[in-house]
Amino acid sequence: MATVESTAASATPAAPSRLGALLHAIGLLRESRIAMLGTFLVLFWVAMALLAPVLPLLDPNTPLEPFKGPGDLARDGETVFWLGTDHKGRDVLARLIWGSQRVLVWATLATAVAYVVGMLMGVAAGYLGGWWDEAISFVANVLLSFPVMVLYIVIISALGASGANIVLAVTFASAPGIMRIVRGLVLDLKTRDYIFAAQTRGEGAWWIMLVELLPNARGPLIVDACLRLGYTVITIAMLGFLGLGLPPPDPDWGAMIAEAVPTGAFALHAMVVPAMAVSSLVLGFNLLADGLREISLRD
Amino acid sequence: MAAAQPILECEKLNISYFTRAGEIPAVVDFDLKVMPGEAVGIVGESGCGKSTVALAIMQYMGKNGRIVRGSIRYKGRDMTRMSEEELRQLRGSDIAMVYQEPMASLNPSMQVGRQLMEVPLVHEQVSEAEARERSLEMLTNVRLPDPRRIFDAYPHQISGGQQQRVVIAMALLSNPSLLILDEPTTALDVTVEAGIVDLINQISEKFGTSMIYISHNLGLIMETCDRITVMYSGEAVEVGEVAEVFDHMRHPYTRGLFSSIPLPGADKNARPLIAIPGQLPLPHQRPRGCYFGPRCGYFQPGRCDQGLIPMTGVAGSPGHDVRCVRYAEIDWEAAKPKRQNTVPPPPGPVVLEVQNLKKYYEISDGSVMALIRGGGVRTVKANEQLDFVAREAETVAIVGESGCGKSTFAKVVMGLETATEGRVVLNGKDLAQTPVQRRRPQTVGLLQMVFQNPFDTLNPSHSIGAQIGRVVKKFGVESDPRKIRQRVFELLDTVKLPRDFYYRKPRQLSGGQKQRVGIARAFAGNPKVVVADEPVSALDVSVQAAVTQLLTEIQNTNKTTLLFISHDLSLVRYLADRVVVMYLGYIVEQGTTDEVFAPPYHPYTEALLSAVPIADTRVKKKHIVLQGDIPSAVNPPPGCPFQTRCPRKLGAICETELPPVRTFGEHRILCHIEPAELLKMEPVIQILPERGAA
Amino acid sequence: MLILAARRFGAMIAIMAVISFILFVIFESDKLGVAGKVLGPYSSLEQRELWLEQNGYNEPFLTRYLAWVGRALTGDFGQSIRFKAPVADLLWPRLGNTGILALCVFALMIPLSLTLGVLAGMREGSWLDRTISFGSILTTSIPEFASATFLVAIFVFKLGWLPGTSSMTGGFNPVELVLPVLVLVLYDFGYVARMTRASMAEVMTSQYIRTAVLKGLPHRQVILRHALRNALIAPFTVIVLQLNWLLSGVIVVEVFFAYKGFGKLLYDAATFGDIFLLQACTMVAVFVAVFSQFISDVGYTLLNPRIRFN
Repeated sequence: MATVESTAASATPAAPSRLGALLHAIGLLRESRIAMLGTFLVLFWVAMALLAPVLPLLDPNTPLEPFKGPGDLARDGETVFWLGTDHKGRDVLARLIWGSQRVLVWATLATAVAYVVGMLMGVAAGYLGGWWDEAISFVANVLLSFPVMVLYIVIISALGASGANIVLAVTFASAPGIMRIVRGLVLDLKTRDYIFAAQTRGEGAWWIMLVELLPNARGPLIVDACLRLGYTVITIAMLGFLGLGLPPPDPDWGAMIAEAVPTGAFALHAMVVPAMAVSSLVLGFNLLADGLREISLRD
Repeated sequence: MAAAQPILECEKLNISYFTRAGEIPAVVDFDLKVMPGEAVGIVGESGCGKSTVALAIMQYMGKNGRIVRGSIRYKGRDMTRMSEEELRQLRGSDIAMVYQEPMASLNPSMQVGRQLMEVPLVHEQVSEAEARERSLEMLTNVRLPDPRRIFDAYPHQISGGQQQRVVIAMALLSNPSLLILDEPTTALDVTVEAGIVDLINQISEKFGTSMIYISHNLGLIMETCDRITVMYSGEAVEVGEVAEVFDHMRHPYTRGLFSSIPLPGADKNARPLIAIPGQLPLPHQRPRGCYFGPRCGYFQPGRCDQGLIPMTGVAGSPGHDVRCVRYAEIDWEAAKPKRQNTVPPPPGPVVLEVQNLKKYYEISDGSVMALIRGGGVRTVKANEQLDFVAREAETVAIVGESGCGKSTFAKVVMGLETATEGRVVLNGKDLAQTPVQRRRPQTVGLLQMVFQNPFDTLNPSHSIGAQIGRVVKKFGVESDPRKIRQRVFELLDTVKLPRDFYYRKPRQLSGGQKQRVGIARAFAGNPKVVVADEPVSALDVSVQAAVTQLLTEIQNTNKTTLLFISHDLSLVRYLADRVVVMYLGYIVEQGTTDEVFAPPYHPYTEALLSAVPIADTRVKKKHIVLQGDIPSAVNPPPGCPFQTRCPRKLGAICETELPPVRTFGEHRILCHIEPAELLKMEPVIQILPERGAA
Repeated sequence: MLILAARRFGAMIAIMAVISFILFVIFESDKLGVAGKVLGPYSSLEQRELWLEQNGYNEPFLTRYLAWVGRALTGDFGQSIRFKAPVADLLWPRLGNTGILALCVFALMIPLSLTLGVLAGMREGSWLDRTISFGSILTTSIPEFASATFLVAIFVFKLGWLPGTSSMTGGFNPVELVLPVLVLVLYDFGYVARMTRASMAEVMTSQYIRTAVLKGLPHRQVILRHALRNALIAPFTVIVLQLNWLLSGVIVVEVFFAYKGFGKLLYDAATFGDIFLLQACTMVAVFVAVFSQFISDVGYTLLNPRIRFN
């Protein structure tokens, strides 16, 4: 039995590096133009959010000169309002960039919390089954029965508008959806032989759920997380637009639009610019998700 | 008529797939000729390009596939130059196809009858009424019971065997000149397969249809075809009459294939299987010269690796061609497998004892509403009265088709389920009621399992080393990380895998390599008993032989008891010391391998033996084809479980009473037929003496 | 089949019951708070306690809940604090207005998204497919308040073609419906189109489509008889469930355009603290969502013979 696969080396081989795998992943991403565009948009806003404190920006909350158009000079003849000012005379560019920081921080935090809750619910419902599944699925169904916006309005109007309550509301709204996806994936994965193998060597439920099951669900979950990040950005901006979001005066993209609409006839840019910002960031997440899905289907 | 025009002729056919990685040649310089009324078999392992050929003939290759060179002529007309409309008129009318997965091939939301009627409606513009008439008639022709019911049914409402008959009926409706069958029975159970093969043979007799039969199973080709084309890595390597190729094969690959399948006469100790070394090369890694060169024992540098090797006629046998430069020099007699004398350890004391084991499932939908209404609970009797013992170093095969309860039994033994009744005694301790979580780590380590599907036996997220290492740690064999690693390396040595596999992820391994890792994992805790659930059924035959061989070797060294669960009787006869035959949850027969494979038989065993195709021209089999399908375990028949299909049914008693166990020493048969009558049965398989010199 | 429908119906009732209880707990467990909302922030403690006594708030919590459910079932949701009118009288006309909006949205969105989805899915990877796919990602990335902003900027402020509010103060005016409908269609069609595309693309690569082609059926017949029937099962359920999303979008759009619909009513109730109105609106919204889920489940079963005959 001289097989090619049977040439056993008696020496101890060295472990390969992880760097190669990372480079490979980036290479794959570069193959999809859609994914590249998405990555660019997301990275652009992440960079803006990170650089906000060091960029030479005007103060976002100080009223200067109202209704200045994009590129207009201030009365001092030096300061340029690159994106104009709003009805209160605040610099739109500064508000936009500080606003990106705010929306990204809260969106990421809220999505992350929703994910932890949703994944734990999903993996428990899917793997443990029986009454666990019944109970968790019922809770999820109850929450999913609310039109999301109604759920937000009920939670925020009952608890008040604050960052923590937004995280809570997003968790209530998103965790059931995440739970359903994870549950579905787990129901499929748990019939695989390697799960039986883990069971037949006497592994506990936690080990199987967290070590054997969840890592294999990561592909679809990464795609879903991207989409959900985009949706949470929409949610936070929408709450801001409706006046249910983070309290003023700090800049908030949604609130910027809401404030600018009544005076839109005089300062169109003040409402269009933040609307474009929200859309481009969400588009970035959605394109990234789509590109990632395409890549994951390829091999 | 000697110069009759061939129905189909492929000449120098080259098919490639175009992907982002570039051109991948799937089929290279492929020739094929099908004469009227002839059945041609194409045989080869997965990835050899046989299905690509079938779809290329239909001109259906997806958006990536393309015929790069060569021609496909149907009755003299080149199909590669036809317009889409001309092709449409040929498809389904002159050339029809039968597919591997009947369920997926039928439209799930359309009644079977309508799907059939479309064929005459489109190709012959007949009236609705006539199309209906013809479809019903064809359903009767393919021997479906109650054609009217099937006509009105949706595909999911009929069984797999019935679905395949429907697909065959659909193919025959327009009376095609050529029928292409792509692995038509692979998804079916053996006894159902035998019925389909019988039907296919009748078609060629009754309608005179030419056929191309594609299969990986040499035995099936022998039962259905006149001529055979053996394919390897995109090329035809040997072509000829079936009997000629089977008895006087002239290509080393064909020889390798035959040596790696367990034919009658092979024996794990006296005449072990010989695997083909190495792996099928990927299309873009094919070597220069002979594609089989790197795996061939007759490889000669300078001759076999120079340029394209042409097909050449074998001297003295017309119609027999082979793609090998050295075929005439090889001493083919010397190449036959030689006798060997490995002495297996004698069976020791009883290690595992199963007594009156029962496993019932209750299916209910666990929803709140169902609980409120309190109903809808049905009992599935998956296992009934299982009784048998397994001794140290012994291989006990558990044989049966789908739904026979063999997998449930494995779960109960492994502790993934607990028994409803009865005992499973391992080393004197009853485990039937102890789920695996409550078993001690040492006990768990004593009883391990090798799984069926190489694609999910290993967790794709973790490296091979981590997965085996976890088992070593879990069973308390070693606890120091460095020692664990050392132990994993040794296990990799044992299963003949290179040590740097430690760092690989499962997706970097081939199917056979994954199964080896699965074996290493099962043996990591020095088990007494290993349950192997169809460990090689998903592998190609040449790889099957190597993995089977490995399993036997490790078993012999460690004196492990092997419970080998399988549906493949040829492999069981080769590997097992004792055999347990199951049907619908019952053990219908058990005894030593020799006893079970010779009369007296249980009528089910008899039919099963007759159904297994054997790729040996010297084997003569009794022809028994079972009617109908295996009943569902949710709704089993009363009396004898086999009574609905039994060709030897006595009468009312079989329908009302569970049969007694007839004993012939250790050989036991569950049947109403008197022992004296059972003893009068004839053997199913007879091996004729070899023609010419031994 | 009937059993399944009955079971779904039962689940629907159970969910409604649980949600009504949760809402009641959220809004009415703080009795004094309720009285404060009704009587205004400057009412004295005595006034509030008197009001509680008069309105039966000193009964046990469960009794109050059951009484509330009983009244709600007969269509009595109490008095609106803000509008000083019975909630039911406010609710129905507003629901009617939103119904008109939703009807227009569905009438446009369904044919548009199904056609585009099927066209894209039929030839996966083609130029048309990539254009449609990118287009639908783009429109679903623009939230309603943003697309409303863009459309208002163009059609109201720049071109002056359309009115920027849809308050219908001068009676019903279809022109005022254009922008709200457009905004909702833009945001919602992409999701359905993408679902349809995915479903169609999957069906086109299935083995039974191969069977149909290799049977010699003309392309038209393969698509119409074999592909569409199977490909449209999934989008159907998505379209019905879209009602749930539409209800979210409707709130934003009605607020943006000051359209006197159900969404605006709910929003006003929430910002004003009009708890009885908010309770009623929420219950109605949940009922619509749960009922559409029920329709979608039953419809899915009806469309899918694999489930229908089991």
